[in-house]
Amino acid sequence: IVPVAGLCPQGSYGIQDSLRSGFTSVKNELLPSHPLELSEKNFVLNQDKMNFSTLRNIQGLHAPLKLQMEYRAARQIQRLPFLQSSNLALDTLRGSDDTIGFEDILSDPAQSETMGEPHMMVEYKLGLL
Amino acid sequence: TRKMETRSETSAFPFLFLLHTETLSFDDAADGVILGADTRATDDMVVADKNCRKIHHIAPRIYCCGAGVAADAEIATQMMASNVELHTLNTGRPPLVAMVTRQLKQMLFRYQGHMGSSVIVGGVDVTGAHLYSVYPHGSYDKLPFLTMGSGAAAAVSVFEDRFKANMELDEAKRLVRDAITAGIFCDLGSGSNVDLCVITAAGAEYLRGYDRPAGKGKREGQYRYKPGTTPVLTKTQTPLSLDVVYETVQMMDTE
Repeated sequence: IVPVAGLCPQGSYGIQDSLRSGFTSVKNELLPSHPLELSEKNFVLNQDKMNFSTLRNIQGLHAPLKLQMEYRAARQIQRLPFLQSSNLALDTLRGSDDTIGFEDILSDPAQSETMGEPHMMVEYKLGLL
Repeated sequence: TRKMETRSETSAFPFLFLLHTETLSFDDAADGVILGADTRATDDMVVADKNCRKIHHIAPRIYCCGAGVAADAEIATQMMASNVELHTLNTGRPPLVAMVTRQLKQMLFRYQGHMGSSVIVGGVDVTGAHLYSVYPHGSYDKLPFLTMGSGAAAAVSVFEDRFKANMELDEAKRLVRDAITAGIFCDLGSGSNVDLCVITAAGAEYLRGYDRPAGKGKREGQYRYKPGTTPVLTKTQTPLSLDVVYETVQMMDTE
C-alpha cells in the first residue's frame, strides 16, 4: 500500500493549501522522481510491518499489539511545533539508537536554512489560526 | 562550440585490489589477510587523483577496499566503521568480519545498486581470518582470494596462476604486489602505486606506497628552442608599479 499525497489535499475546504504545502503538480504526485523514492519513503514502515508480523507468528498477537501501543505513546513525545524532536524514546524502542544511518548524517535539522515562524506554527497547532 | 560538461558526480575509480588469506610461518599457524590496492582515481578518462587511498579502516583488525564510485565507497565504509564502533561499545566485544559484510550487503541491497560501491572486506577476528567481497547490488562472496574493479581480470589471472594455500608472508606480499602491478600496467583504470595492508591477529600494518612501479619516464631529448630562434622586431616595455601583497608558491608537476 503506497500513500499518494495530493489526491486528498489537506487544506481547509478540501483544496490545496499553497501556503503550507506548496504548489500542486499532478505528475509529482503520481510518478516518483527517483526509482528508490517510494521504497525509501516506506522503508521504516515496511521494516516495522515485517518485524511485527514475525513477532506475531512467534509470540502471538499481543506482543506486537503491546509494542505498537508503546510506539504510539513514544511518538507523542514531541517538542513545540517548530522545534525538531530527537525521538529518543522511539529510537530506543525501535533499536535504532545504536546504529548510524544516512538520516543521522544528512539533512541535519540544526543546519537547516529555513525555519518555521514560531508564533504562527503554535497558533496553527492550537487551532487559533 | 563545444559544450562543456560539468560533472558534479565524484570520480568513479574502477581500480583493482585483491586480497588473499595465507598462513604466516612465523606465527604458529596464525592466519592473516593481505589487502592490496592501486592508487588511481579516474573521472571517466581523466586521472582525478594519482595517489588516493583505497584501503579504508573499519576496525583495528578489519580493513576494507572500496571500488566503484569513490564517494559511495567512502561513505559506505565510513558508516560501517561508525556502526562497528557503536556495536563494539554496546556489546564489549571485538567485531566480526561477517558482521561488517552483513551490514554492508543489507545497506547496498536496500539501495538496489544505485549506491555504486563494490567493496572487499578483509580482517581477522576471534574466529580467524576472513575475506569477503560485496557487490553494489548486495551480493557477496567468501573466497580465499578475490579481486574487484576494472583491473580485476588482470589481477585475478596472476592469482589463478600462483596462489597456493599456506604461503609465507613475504611470498604472499610479493604475489599481491605482482597482481596489482598486473592491473596497473594492463588496465587503464588502475595506475600509480601499490598499497598493501597486512592484517594478522597481532594487528594491521598499512604499507602505503609499498611499491611504485609506474614512475615518470625519462625525457630522451631536448625540445626547447634556442633563444633567438624567433626574431624580435620591436620591443616596448611599460613598467607597472605594483605592491606585492601576498605571495604563494605552488609546484606543478612538470619536468
